Amino acid sequence: MGAEIIRVECAARSGRGGGLPRMKPGGAFGASFPDGDTGERSYNRFAYYNEVNRNKYAITLDLTKPLGVEVFEKLVKVSDVLVENFSPRVMANFGLDYSALKQISPEIIMVSISGYGQDGPYRDYVAYGQGIEAMAGFSRLTAYPDGEPLKSGVAYADATSGLFAAFAILAALRYRQLTGKGQYIDLSMREALTPLLGEFIMDHTMNRRAAKPMGNHHPSMAPHGCYRCRGEDSWVVIAIASDEEWRSLCRVMGDPPWTRDERFSHARSRWQNQDELDRFIERWTSNYDHRQLASLLQQAGVKAGAVLSVAELVEDPHLRERGFFEPLSHPEAGSHLYPGISWKMSRTPGRLRLPAPCFGEHNEYVFGQLLGLSRDEILRLAEEGVTATEPFSPLDQYSEMET
Amino acid sequence: MSQEALSGLFVLDLSENISGPFCTKLLADYGAEVIKIEKPGEGDPARKIGPFPGDEPHPEKSGTFLFLNANKKGVTLNLGGKGGIAIFQKLVEKADIVVENFRPGVMAGSGLDYQALAKINPSLIMTSISYFGQWGPYRDYHGSDIIAQAMGGLMQLTGEPEREPLKLPGSQAEFQAGLNAAVATLCALYFRDQTGEGQHIDVSVQEAVASILESAVATYSYSGFIRGRLGSRHPLQCPSRVMRCKDGWIHVQAGANWDHFAAFLQTPQLMEPKLASIFRYHHADEVEGVLQPWLMKHGAEEIFASGQEWRIPFAMVLGIEELGEDPQYKARGFFLEIDHPVAGRFAYPGAPFRMSQTPWQIARPAPLLGEHNEEIYAGRLGLSNEDVARLRKNGVI
Repeated sequence: MGAEIIRVECAARSGRGGGLPRMKPGGAFGASFPDGDTGERSYNRFAYYNEVNRNKYAITLDLTKPLGVEVFEKLVKVSDVLVENFSPRVMANFGLDYSALKQISPEIIMVSISGYGQDGPYRDYVAYGQGIEAMAGFSRLTAYPDGEPLKSGVAYADATSGLFAAFAILAALRYRQLTGKGQYIDLSMREALTPLLGEFIMDHTMNRRAAKPMGNHHPSMAPHGCYRCRGEDSWVVIAIASDEEWRSLCRVMGDPPWTRDERFSHARSRWQNQDELDRFIERWTSNYDHRQLASLLQQAGVKAGAVLSVAELVEDPHLRERGFFEPLSHPEAGSHLYPGISWKMSRTPGRLRLPAPCFGEHNEYVFGQLLGLSRDEILRLAEEGVTATEPFSPLDQYSEMET
Repeated sequence: MSQEALSGLFVLDLSENISGPFCTKLLADYGAEVIKIEKPGEGDPARKIGPFPGDEPHPEKSGTFLFLNANKKGVTLNLGGKGGIAIFQKLVEKADIVVENFRPGVMAGSGLDYQALAKINPSLIMTSISYFGQWGPYRDYHGSDIIAQAMGGLMQLTGEPEREPLKLPGSQAEFQAGLNAAVATLCALYFRDQTGEGQHIDVSVQEAVASILESAVATYSYSGFIRGRLGSRHPLQCPSRVMRCKDGWIHVQAGANWDHFAAFLQTPQLMEPKLASIFRYHHADEVEGVLQPWLMKHGAEEIFASGQEWRIPFAMVLGIEELGEDPQYKARGFFLEIDHPVAGRFAYPGAPFRMSQTPWQIARPAPLLGEHNEEIYAGRLGLSNEDVARLRKNGVI
């Protein structure tokens, strides 16, 4: 959206998976590097980092050193917003909690993202996004009706918390424009995620009902599910909300005799007998290509969609035409597609302007041009280990990319 | 009176069901004045979808509706006729923001597309949410939450590898779209406050979902790797999954320090080179096999509490029914009771984040259908009582 973002990283905790020796590790991890090769500087080639950090600058700064803190305070003076997601004690340990920072800059907007919030008995508890799904009631409900609790296949709590934080910052900026006052935002990942289960919580508060996993079923629609199609791991989803949609589905299926079975004659009976109904429908869908079938159903006015793999998503003609994926050329990772701007704005569309920064790439710009430090001062930062040229290589580090 | 972050903003909300109302809920909860505009007689379809107290359907008692529409004022207006359209246009003159989630083309059909509204109010921000966006080959496709989860690439990544893809519970695609719309709207507001210029925002539910695939897209671009379903495992971290314990389930992750994790579990086997290696995710079955006997000796609460003392990020696998009793939610007062004149008093989910200067607050319960017609049409637009009565008689409101 156009803001100038400076990532403040340190060698011990870069969020980049650390510096690894050059190798081709294989598997999902290896696949996170261009052509499966970690390259000379793995930390500049890591997909996890490069996808979420496009359009940003990066500097290195060790905040455990007084000189690092001193420089950071200078940065705060020229910044509008500070975002951090350490455990709640960390910023205070650096002497950089909000009460300290507002002395330096009363207008600063500071956002702290943590697992459980800045106070309360779990304040110091360690949390990664995946565990937050479990703690917020999501995992119990992310399950097949007869199955064990699962998780979203993505960093759902992280992504959701990030969006809420963006909303919080913009709201605080608006207040600041009107009043000149900055403020502090305490965002607990679990509390941010919880409202997204609102209807289940309301059912419990209204009816003392403990929600049970429904898999792909729906509280009122039926059929409503995911059905096997021709080919390996190929699926279509169908959601029928009305009798009219049901009749359209029947027509596309060629009105087979079973559709006239009285078990399927009304919305209510279809819902009650949906397991049986699902089996009939899957017998039909399994003869078709998932994308062709979805398109056929859509033309008949039926809510349907192919379950797209990431490869199919990137090739999807609709997303292509809308220019959703955008290419970026990264000096060490090469030219690749990334998800672009999540929404379209008519006057200020935004775009991917910059690839993710290399480690310490913008030290010169930020310390020299932005803060006006002298060459000697910048040299001293490097000599005292406040800045670094590459991250440490503690091989256990990439569990930290969740936080 | 304490000023809230978005105080003074006037928002017209034409949206229905979940995505748009969640967007305007966020605006309302942080201080904007949101006027929810519903069809006379029937209202937002969310009024029909429950849950209802005692499972008895009632248009003023839908839990989904009550949750999504607290803090808003409600009016009725028939946009299917000239009288209603004229009144809407008058409201647009005064509005900062319009939010709608009709199928693409519906607003244009009433002469209320962005081009038309911008003529009335050039600084207006109009936010449109649809399943596939306002243009492109799928523009007119029929959508629903599960369709968007599937076509946004999320479903193929969720569930057991050998079973069918699994959707996330409830209406997650809709919520994500609402959240995107809220952020986008405030971005446009920031721009407007600098320049005076409004704009149109096109939020696609499919794209909102496709934006949060945890680097699956970059990974595919980098190496052609097509990420699949892993149950509750993570592609790179191990252990990272929901596992059985003595009395139920626990979410297991080791944290940053493997030695420390092994010491906590007093399980030296974990220090075997193969399992201590960062590439242990190749041997996930074995790692989990070593952990399982220990987990079966301990209960979830015990593992969570004692693990956290060691700063190991165990997490309990809580049911919705357990959230209200959770000491952390309680200490922070997360759930709060709202009294509604027809539905009654219930505990609702609270603030998604806390602002030190401009706290989140609930000023009013969700509106009854047409509850604020007089206040808005007479008070705000200056119509006479006779005008309002005539509009009501003619079915415009």
